[in-house]
Amino acid sequence: MADLLQRVAANGDVEAFKALFEAYAPRVKSYMLRQGADAATAEELAQETLLAVWRKAALYSDEKGSATTWIFTIARNLRIDRLRKEVVWQPLPENNDERPSEDPSPEEDLSERERAERVRAMLSELPPDQSEVVNLAFIEGLSHSEIATRLDLPLGTVKSRMRLAYQKIRDALEDLR
Amino acid sequence: MTMTITHHPDVSTLMCCSAGSQPEACAAVIASHLAVCPQCRAEVRRMQKIGVALFEKLEPESVAVPPPVVKLRAAEADDVETSKPCVLSAGEIPQFLVSCVGPCLDGMTWEPVARGIWTHAIALSPGACGDLRLLKVAPGGSFPEHGHVGWELTLVLRGSYSDEFGTFLAGDVADLDEDARHHPVACPNAGCICLMASEHKPPLFGGADRQK
Repeated sequence: MADLLQRVAANGDVEAFKALFEAYAPRVKSYMLRQGADAATAEELAQETLLAVWRKAALYSDEKGSATTWIFTIARNLRIDRLRKEVVWQPLPENNDERPSEDPSPEEDLSERERAERVRAMLSELPPDQSEVVNLAFIEGLSHSEIATRLDLPLGTVKSRMRLAYQKIRDALEDLR
Repeated sequence: MTMTITHHPDVSTLMCCSAGSQPEACAAVIASHLAVCPQCRAEVRRMQKIGVALFEKLEPESVAVPPPVVKLRAAEADDVETSKPCVLSAGEIPQFLVSCVGPCLDGMTWEPVARGIWTHAIALSPGACGDLRLLKVAPGGSFPEHGHVGWELTLVLRGSYSDEFGTFLAGDVADLDEDARHHPVACPNAGCICLMASEHKPPLFGGADRQK
């Protein structure tokens, strides 16, 4: 996938763009639906996400993370902008990443793929209560307060479940030197 | 210029930020902190993998429309200039706030709130919940001890303040829950200027905001 994105980035390759669209638009649509968009809007936002990928492709470099990471971030930001109609304060990941890491972390040597694999594995092992809050935040786009209301839990409980979940994922990344 | 940052946002706040599910006011403070905090940037980078892993697991939904027709990229490419990283140094305003408040903390307009306390409200998107503002406290100035009706995030931009939780210097973030009580006192020499986001507008500022 990074390869397709590179071809779009380097040459404005229209065929590569079509392949990227086929690969990502259905998942972006699914994401937008989970974020509360209706079917027509979700489809429109999937198209817009991929168009943004086309326009911003020159900014992408595979040293800055996987193609999926990059496209997911664009979808996430578009969702904030269009579904919530709020200002997107977070830049694309490469804007935060372009300075060399000043605090080399132990997992820096791991390959991107290995790290992603570790995260997937750990996510599937999370206890249901932790997995639930993580999903509500990342996929349904709910804030801590909204999650607390949805699950009828104290805010502090939501936050501590999030912390516990992240701690496990962080540990999983760290012991894999 | 280096900052020694000792107070960081809570991990759960950073996660919400990575997920893009945080309220706008909260996002503004966290983004300003990330601009000066490599440690939290690294955390958010790790957290991003959570979002991506969950995204990959979503069941694809068939898309009826064909791929949009795209032309030679050069013609439509975004201006690369729009994506400069934001830079913050002590005493300066985060780049993306400049359009709201101007480029310099010294040149801004401030509304007096109480003796030795001024504020400058920052407009959020229509419908966004929460409150975002700059806060300036004169050297040695203090707030009466108070609790909070919701979350509150404060990033020190210049000077420092101290309370029950410690001393907060430029770049530090205080991430307070609704049950937190404190009695902040600004640095006796330099005073303090902060960027503050809160779930509800603190009652103290009710009368001060002209534009709200």
